[in-house]
Amino acid sequence: MAKPKVAFYWCASCGGCEEAVVDLHEAILKVVDAVDIALWPVALDFKRKDVEAWGPGEVAVAFINGAVRLSEQVEWVKLLRKKCALIVAFGSCAHLGGVPGLSNATNREETLANKYLNSPSVENPDNTIPKIESQVGNYTEELPVFLPCVRRLDEVIEVDYYLPGCPPVPDLILQAVQAILEGKLPEKGAVLAPDKSQCDTCPRKESKPETMTIDSFKRVATSTPDPEKCFLVEGYVCMGPATRSGCGELCIRGNMPCRGCFGPTKEVKDGGMKMLSALSSLINAQTEEAADQIASTLIDPLGTFYRFSLPSSIIKHRLD
Amino acid sequence: MMPEEIFEPKIVGFLCQWCSYTGADLAGTSRMQYPPNISISRVMCSGRVDPTFVVKALAEGADGVLIAGCHPGDCHYNEGNYRALRRYPMLINLLDQYGIEKERVRLEWISASEGEKFAGVVEEMTANLKELGPLNWKGRSAEYCKTA
Amino acid sequence: MSYKITIDPITRLEGHGKIDIYLDETGEVERVFFQVPELRGFETFCIGRPSEEMPRITPRICGVCPTAHHMASTKCLDDLWKVEPPPTAKKLRELAYSTFMVEDHYIHFFFLGGPDFVVGPAAPAAERNILGVIAKVGLETASQVIRVRRECREMMQTMMGKVIHPVFGLPGGVSKGMTKEECEKFKATADFAVEFAQAALEIFNKVVLENEKYVELILSEAYTHRTHSMGLVDENNKVNFYDGKLRVVDPEGEEIAKFDVHEYTEYIAEHVEPWTYITFPFLKKIGWKGFVDGPESGVYRVAPLARLNAADGMSTPLAQEAYEKMYETLGGKPAHCTLAFHWARLIEALNAAERMKELLNDPEITGEHIRNLPTETPSEGIGVVEAPRGTLIHHYQTDEQGIITRVNLIVATNHNAAPIAMSVEKAAKGMVHGPDVTHGMLNLVEMAFRAYDPCLACATHALGQMPLEARIFDHRRRLIRRLRK
Repeated sequence: MAKPKVAFYWCASCGGCEEAVVDLHEAILKVVDAVDIALWPVALDFKRKDVEAWGPGEVAVAFINGAVRLSEQVEWVKLLRKKCALIVAFGSCAHLGGVPGLSNATNREETLANKYLNSPSVENPDNTIPKIESQVGNYTEELPVFLPCVRRLDEVIEVDYYLPGCPPVPDLILQAVQAILEGKLPEKGAVLAPDKSQCDTCPRKESKPETMTIDSFKRVATSTPDPEKCFLVEGYVCMGPATRSGCGELCIRGNMPCRGCFGPTKEVKDGGMKMLSALSSLINAQTEEAADQIASTLIDPLGTFYRFSLPSSIIKHRLD
Repeated sequence: MMPEEIFEPKIVGFLCQWCSYTGADLAGTSRMQYPPNISISRVMCSGRVDPTFVVKALAEGADGVLIAGCHPGDCHYNEGNYRALRRYPMLINLLDQYGIEKERVRLEWISASEGEKFAGVVEEMTANLKELGPLNWKGRSAEYCKTA
Repeated sequence: MSYKITIDPITRLEGHGKIDIYLDETGEVERVFFQVPELRGFETFCIGRPSEEMPRITPRICGVCPTAHHMASTKCLDDLWKVEPPPTAKKLRELAYSTFMVEDHYIHFFFLGGPDFVVGPAAPAAERNILGVIAKVGLETASQVIRVRRECREMMQTMMGKVIHPVFGLPGGVSKGMTKEECEKFKATADFAVEFAQAALEIFNKVVLENEKYVELILSEAYTHRTHSMGLVDENNKVNFYDGKLRVVDPEGEEIAKFDVHEYTEYIAEHVEPWTYITFPFLKKIGWKGFVDGPESGVYRVAPLARLNAADGMSTPLAQEAYEKMYETLGGKPAHCTLAFHWARLIEALNAAERMKELLNDPEITGEHIRNLPTETPSEGIGVVEAPRGTLIHHYQTDEQGIITRVNLIVATNHNAAPIAMSVEKAAKGMVHGPDVTHGMLNLVEMAFRAYDPCLACATHALGQMPLEARIFDHRRRLIRRLRK
């Protein structure tokens, strides 16, 4: 019997999700025994025309990572949706928009000027800027269009499942692959990770007191976290309470607070707002002035609460 | 030629049942004039106002949001309005990073007897928002979110 | 009348790219464009972020070399906050970094570029990959490849929190130290890494150097560019991946510059072309003369072969031996055969493995003093490391609170943008002859960029736009200039 086919593809991605698959190490040999990898640009030489030649639904599952930012990526993911029975949004960028999603909070005109015109190291006397279509001698070269903002995968095509994380951890990847091969998947639209928050499984949870108040937010720039205490108790922002468990609390074991890459649990619509709500309720303020003062010690709420998920927030992008 | 359309801001209000909502009621029964621009939702306590409500209102067409509760110390549930007090500055700091002007979201303490205060707040907010202009999240978002 | 063949997408590298090859009526190659259609916008969206978050944000530029960004960013923070880390912290950073160099170089050789040699450049696409390599070298050797990477990456995860997107770097030190038990365990990892590194060079010897056709290919003119070379060197002018001064040598091997990274804008400038998002760095004092070789051209190369060209040797004995053997075989120093980058890469991996051993045997590595807290007001900082793919520069400006106001990044593969474009065109002209253009020929063109181990996500971190018009505003948001297409 023919082995099921799987595909890996990447959009506006960093390649970390590819590395996460290779981090299955010895287990990857078992995976390649069970499946035929029909597409994986980082490792295999299959080209676009090979994908175009697949029949509809010929490939059992495509793991697509990276956010959607170029017209070319829109074409590719639509093509893969036609040719693959299942689509799994792999990693934070495909799931929530990811770190590149922070670009949704930038002013686009300044962005262009920063890179090609105002950079301290760019020498550009003709003020050249890359174009969708440019004439170089007799040749016409084309570049894909940049979308005005970063999109999650499910804003462009229908997504069947999500593997969260930046990147997803090997255990969850292996479980997902096994579930797909055995046909034992949960309901469509599920995130393939436990539905509880990090605090539930955190190695530091015993150090949490009954009640907690925050007098001021601390920064790791000017202080070092205690290697055993709950970060929030110490005054460091830790996204643990608003973040799904399943990663093994790697950052926390590295003595740095969680930044929320797994995204929120199932019922939450806007994880950043939930975290803001929970965190600000803890501040030790009885007056508006005190609340204002303590809030000002939390620098960059947008970049902290939406580090990985700005394109999945309700407001989604800057409004100017 | 069409007459120029005057922008009428839409304000969504979350008023706590025990103080502010009653205060708004009083403004009404006392026949106090205030702009019709506000749509009121009654909540049990200003501490119930999840910041998610605020952004949802803005994303669904509101140009401004009013959160109103009992004066600190007078909360029916003792501590509830302190939650609102603590959430508010962080919320508007974050909205500022989205390019949403801080003045669009207001937190006010309005007691059951402060009908006049309620009317004054709505009047002031309406005038401010007229100056700031429409938020038009839906329209601007449609532009940003094109995939072609 | 030209006709066009497009390789879409290019494969077995990190990132997205297309190659447009234009041929004339006789089937000869006229012009080749190596296009990089990728951009995300890090330099702009990092503005407003607290500086200490940068070592956790910038690794998302690239998940293959996140440790490089993490380290350059952390060193930039030391500079920004004007704080010197204690010796243990520096050694921990360099140890994690050396471990990373080992595993990253091997992912390139065995998974990305190496398959072309091990399985053959014209082998069927379905075999020209890691799976084909495993079939060719056998499960035993394949297991060793997997094992060395697994052990190195487990060590990196323990030290840095995460291996993909590390977290432990802080201004003035690191967040986590090393216990004596961990140190003992990692010594075994380092021993195995050195052993494997020597075996990898043996594999290269057997599979590549004993194959006449491959040697011919390596030494061929189609794959040679005589350019300047740049890399970090220590005070003895030996290759150093973690720190040092930047040294540039000309195509003849003469030193023409040696500078601290703080002066980089005096030496490196970037040129812009409209047909790709990547910019083209060049040596500022020589100037941009186009996509050409030679001492009069500002084009220079970075990464393995160029690093070895720019240095006077390797800092560890086994690597030094391998370095001498390579240059002897290539006919002297500097060497300009692009495909020899693969060889130099394996020598660097050996050097990094030996360095792992040195650091693990340093008693300070398990020291408890791992951080000095900043006391000064931050304003501007620059940090540099040699990423596996070339010199990596992080440059931040902040306000007095340490909030980012400006970012400039020159990222490894970016330096090689012009050489990659040139190599791909030259290889195409040498290897592609129509009208029957085969898959094998096209793969030979791709091999020209694979030698550089490009990371295009890195090289194009910044955001571009497709405007018909660009508007420039002054600091008070008044429109001062409008540029139209």
